[in-house]
Amino acid sequence: MSPNQAPSVAPAPAGDREDAGTGPAVRLRALRKSFGAVTAVDGIDLDIARGEFFSMLGPSGSGKTTVLRMIAGFELPTSGTVELAGRDVSRLAPFQRDVNTVFQDYALFPHMNVIGNVEYGLRVKRVPRARRRERALEALRTVRLQELAQRKPGQLSGGQRQRVALARALVNRPRVLLLDEPLGALDLKLRQAMQIELKQIQREVGITFVFVTHDQDEALTMSDRIAVFNDGLIEQVGTPAEVYERPASAFVAGFVGTSNLLSGRGAEQVIGSRGVYSIRPEKIRVDTDLAVPARDGETGATGTVTGVVYAGATVRYEVALDAGGQLSVVRQNEGTAAGAPALEGSRVRLVWRQEHSFRVSEGSGETHR
Amino acid sequence: MTTTTPTPPAPTPPAPAPPRRGRALDSASSFLRRRPRLRLGLLLSAPMLWLGLAYLGALAALFATAFWHTDSFTGQVVREWTLENFRTLFTDEVYRTITLRTIGIAALVTLIDAVLAFPMAFVMAKFCSPRAQRILVIAVMTPLWASYLVKAYSWRVMLSGNGVIDWLLAPFGLDSPGYGLLATVLTLSYLWLPYMILPIYAGLERLPASLLDAAGDLGARPWRAFRSVVLPLTFPAIVAGSIFTFSLSLGDYISVRIVGGANQMLGNVVYDNIGAANNLPFAATVATVPVVIMLGYLAAVRRTGALDNL
Repeated sequence: MSPNQAPSVAPAPAGDREDAGTGPAVRLRALRKSFGAVTAVDGIDLDIARGEFFSMLGPSGSGKTTVLRMIAGFELPTSGTVELAGRDVSRLAPFQRDVNTVFQDYALFPHMNVIGNVEYGLRVKRVPRARRRERALEALRTVRLQELAQRKPGQLSGGQRQRVALARALVNRPRVLLLDEPLGALDLKLRQAMQIELKQIQREVGITFVFVTHDQDEALTMSDRIAVFNDGLIEQVGTPAEVYERPASAFVAGFVGTSNLLSGRGAEQVIGSRGVYSIRPEKIRVDTDLAVPARDGETGATGTVTGVVYAGATVRYEVALDAGGQLSVVRQNEGTAAGAPALEGSRVRLVWRQEHSFRVSEGSGETHR
Repeated sequence: MTTTTPTPPAPTPPAPAPPRRGRALDSASSFLRRRPRLRLGLLLSAPMLWLGLAYLGALAALFATAFWHTDSFTGQVVREWTLENFRTLFTDEVYRTITLRTIGIAALVTLIDAVLAFPMAFVMAKFCSPRAQRILVIAVMTPLWASYLVKAYSWRVMLSGNGVIDWLLAPFGLDSPGYGLLATVLTLSYLWLPYMILPIYAGLERLPASLLDAAGDLGARPWRAFRSVVLPLTFPAIVAGSIFTFSLSLGDYISVRIVGGANQMLGNVVYDNIGAANNLPFAATVATVPVVIMLGYLAAVRRTGALDNL
């Protein structure tokens, strides 16, 4: 399901580790956390394999950051357990856990220069000075910042600070690296560049990454597996393709990518049974010839185009179905865009392969969208 | 404003003309708006007058007076320049002792206040709900609303022979320290504590909680995190508080009169020379000592960034 074997290119983990441990890198069992009357995390079971790039995806307030903070040890669970490599760390303080965190605001120490920040964890663990310097410079090379070693954090750009935070965590060679929306503060171009780079670094060092994000593109691009959070619970765990192509609930369908939901009478007439069905907008073909019969294995429905949105590379059509309900269709802009707006108001036939419309559980999530 | 839609003419009739007085004020304000320098001058004249005349003028007069002397026969101030007062101040053993004692008391008070204030401010800033923080800030400031004399005298009562402190210490086989330097230090520490708590609290509040998390995350135990992250980053705030406690202690002369027994501080020398000894020039000379010490202190702490924390 996921490439969780230790990559062969990874440098050997630090030899001073007491034992390699057994079991997955992170194992959460019945994990709960309440703050007063508010339940932030409502009983979560999750296994994260070694060497995996694992994303926790969900809207703000869904509990993903609280789970991350419980793995790090900043919050203690109300009940349930956190295991790291088979060892129960539920009640341990952050400094007793073999994990490191990249914070959303980077949390660099403003009174230390870049190398001082990166060396901090090693200095605390009494690594000899020369060895410390060597490892810190190596970590800075990994994030390509070695020439800025003497700068103070205040003199760095957002993207550079982000790399320092990454180097400061990686230099300790933790069992698990926790990243709390680390790209959230960067602009789009930089964020996309960092997505690729983070993934590369993860492959190089072979450390388990647990990545918290509310950005579905980020999660889909970078992860080996994704857990979709909603309301303190996990709605689905799976590879990006599984989560995108076969969302387990209406919430997942809506949160990961744009989703078309057909339900009630519309579903009954078009698909042939009641229930909630999801179809991804790019799987649907638009046909202006209403008379073409559906081919084998295809489903079709007629409707009226109520809106055309031109978005450069793609064009989106909003279609009101005759059977009831509304579907979005996204088509590549293949040079026919000049005529596209003219479609507005015209009658069209939508066609898709039967396996692309599938039933999803109505899920608590639907009310959230 | 680049709206593309043309704005339609207002359907309502134009607003009635404002009353005359409003119009006069309007034209005055638009007159000032066109002359920003004049506006600035008017706004600043009162504070500048206060600062220039009442404060700097008084300080200049003090320095000038320090170089005059009194006629030993008539007791009149003689406006002739002389270094006689400074010679007395530096050569007489008594004044050197009093100066060192005053600096020692001020330093000790500052140290005690810093040690007491830090945990208090830390709990307020990092562990209390916003509501509890507001209540605690008010609680810290409440003693400042009570009279100085009342507070000093209540310490006198508490420190007295059969006072509260005697009673509290009795089970440990100890007595009240009685009146003296220790009592002075205790009283001054109590009086100036809020001036230390508030800047430290403000400094800690500005310290992002994620920095503490990060230190722990990187393996630092609480004490290590405190020493290597919290303390260096809040040091300017502590120094800012120390400017208050140190200068207030340096100039104090009332507490030591009330609880200090026979001991004197610099302020007492100034006070006695103004009153009993009728030697205004020498009082001025002694009064320059705390000013010079304070200037030296401010120059020394300027580099820590403490002055940005006031």
